[in-house]
Amino acid sequence: MAGQRVAVVGVGQTVHRTARKDVSMAGLVREAAQEALDDAGMAYADIDAVVIGKAPDMFEGVAMPELYLADALGAVGKPMMRVHTAGSVGGSTSIVAAKLVAAGIHERVLTVAYEKQSESNATWGLSVPMPFAAPLVAGAGGFFAPLIRAYMYRSGAPRHIGHLVAVKDRLAALRNPKAHLHLPDIDLKMVEESFLLWDPLRYLDVCPSSDGAMAMVIGSESVADAAPNPPAWIHGMAMRSEPTMFARRDQVNPQAGKDCAADVYAQAGITDPRNDFDCAEVYVPFSWFEPMWLENLGFCDEGDGWKLTEKGATAPDGDIPWNPSGGVLSSNPIGASGMVRFGEAAQQVRGRAGDYQVELRTGKALGHAYGGGSQFFSMWVVGRDKP
Amino acid sequence: MRDVAVVSFAYSAVAEDAHHNETEMIVPVVREALASSGVDHDDLGFVCSGSLDYLQGGPFAFVAGLDAVGAWPPMRESHVEMDAAWALYEAWVAIQTGEVDTALVYGFGKSSPGDLHEIMALQTDPYYVLPLWPSMVDLAALQASAYLDASGHDEKDLAEVAARAQRNAQQNPHAVRKGDLTTEAVLAQPVTHHPLRDADIAPITDGAAAMVIAADDTARRVSKNPVWIRALEHRIEAHGLGVRDLTVSESTRAAAQAAGVGNVEIAELHAQFSHEELILRDALGLNGTTSVNPSGGALAANPVMSAGLIRIGEVARRISSGEAKRGLAHATSGPCLQHNMVCVLEGGN
Repeated sequence: MAGQRVAVVGVGQTVHRTARKDVSMAGLVREAAQEALDDAGMAYADIDAVVIGKAPDMFEGVAMPELYLADALGAVGKPMMRVHTAGSVGGSTSIVAAKLVAAGIHERVLTVAYEKQSESNATWGLSVPMPFAAPLVAGAGGFFAPLIRAYMYRSGAPRHIGHLVAVKDRLAALRNPKAHLHLPDIDLKMVEESFLLWDPLRYLDVCPSSDGAMAMVIGSESVADAAPNPPAWIHGMAMRSEPTMFARRDQVNPQAGKDCAADVYAQAGITDPRNDFDCAEVYVPFSWFEPMWLENLGFCDEGDGWKLTEKGATAPDGDIPWNPSGGVLSSNPIGASGMVRFGEAAQQVRGRAGDYQVELRTGKALGHAYGGGSQFFSMWVVGRDKP
Repeated sequence: MRDVAVVSFAYSAVAEDAHHNETEMIVPVVREALASSGVDHDDLGFVCSGSLDYLQGGPFAFVAGLDAVGAWPPMRESHVEMDAAWALYEAWVAIQTGEVDTALVYGFGKSSPGDLHEIMALQTDPYYVLPLWPSMVDLAALQASAYLDASGHDEKDLAEVAARAQRNAQQNPHAVRKGDLTTEAVLAQPVTHHPLRDADIAPITDGAAAMVIAADDTARRVSKNPVWIRALEHRIEAHGLGVRDLTVSESTRAAAQAAGVGNVEIAELHAQFSHEELILRDALGLNGTTSVNPSGGALAANPVMSAGLIRIGEVARRISSGEAKRGLAHATSGPCLQHNMVCVLEGGN
């Protein structure tokens, strides 16, 4: 990885719920930030700069909310930035913050991502009809369902594969007290009997709409060496984007995702992701994206992703656990969901994932986020040991 | 720190572009910036943009914007929901890590289809301030009144700034408001938001800007006259208008101190209102020898979300052409100069 050594030295996360009516937007981001600072043994005064991220401003009706949130996040008198790269934003925000340290500009950067989706209706907020443009008004599910059907056609995956992911991630979430969805009775039958939204996606194949925030304190090597709790060292980080309107795009298995993974693996010395990682926290907002991303991220050959899912390889007790926290299918504050993935990967290699801690063998984990219509990707590899 | 230089810059500004959407507005400036940069599209290390969804009234303005760049093969790319001056900052940081040597930065926005002054009220505290719907001009007028009360300046001083902006802009092909305006003519205009008149308020402008930056030897190789970014610093202030002194710009002063401004021959200040230029001059300690806003500044053309980057581009252009050796550019964000950036630029190899 380019630049100086960088580590995650503090992680904080809110409880995710349909509507966090007990807190304002400022209160929500502070809840996560304070926990991250406590974990890092720091106060706001110790922080050099703040980087905040979230998805479209229209979800809450606040334009450029870093302005309103500067006071709440202790940024007054400091540099502050606001990143927005669609659903990948939680990951990109983490990377922008980490680069400030990798570049040697700052020693301690607070990064926060949030969404308070109860302020609006995200499905329709995602697809506002625009003048002179073909109206889509499909929401994310309506957009992605045809890509999933294309994946099923290509791979020959049987129809129950998505439902397996829906059950697996919700069972994992039962060990995560901060997860939004806790469905102790979930099973294949319950998913199959939930109503059909966008073929083949049934209601329980889909992520919830959540209020929540994630925060991390990113530190330099000397800060990490002196940190009160174990750091997660960043071994690689990468972002890739491709055009939305482009005839050669493969939206089912996007080139930008493959390139981003190849870049971050090369930085971190990952040659066999299924074997080299102890776990992965991957942005799976619709159940079928687990097998699709297993292939896109090189955990298996193209066409074989669904077989890993079917065999249970990605379950918490499988050989390569995916989303042991319960994933996006269990908590989805959109703008924060990518940073939740990055932060949960860090917590695993720090050994601080509580009841959903995986066994550490290589001490490396992948954090992944994607956004838009699968054209924006951000990823990082974190490790228990220094790179 | 690596030496990073501006190697090309292009922008467009018109009062109302009814013929192009945002993507179509970006294409020509990106093309021009790339063509004059000496950097091949396929060699671009990083791309970063700045835009605001609320200007177009739909989410993900930047998504369509990226289609103007031709991001194939897939590129390292990011976006800030801020003025493109902060996209430049992110790109500059990426180069500082050593990961990449070049970057394309762009910003865009159309203010004409909506009501910019009302839309910007959405930047305020959503619980305690937004319900009052103070427009950005209402808030600026409060600041202007406080500044005149505290500083001993009067409306004539504001009018001098406004008149000079339009006179300077006569040489600027991109200016949407320019003319041989006198201070007296400005003072003859009616006060619309006490103590501000029409000429004290930046005009509604649609536009886009693009810049290519490059590091060290790459900059020297591709450009005969690279303009070096000697310092790039920004600071934010409290949001609550009641908890900061509106008559000074503490964040600009702090950013300038960190940047080490020194002697600058020219300064482009992102002042959307006449009084903001006076507050910024005080904060930057600019003396009478610095030429301020030779382009006319934002009072002559204010394409929101690229107007800050344009300040940096204007200074770079004048240094590149030999008009000046060292200059300062300033960008701002938020109500009443809440967030400010200072960029020091210098010519020479």
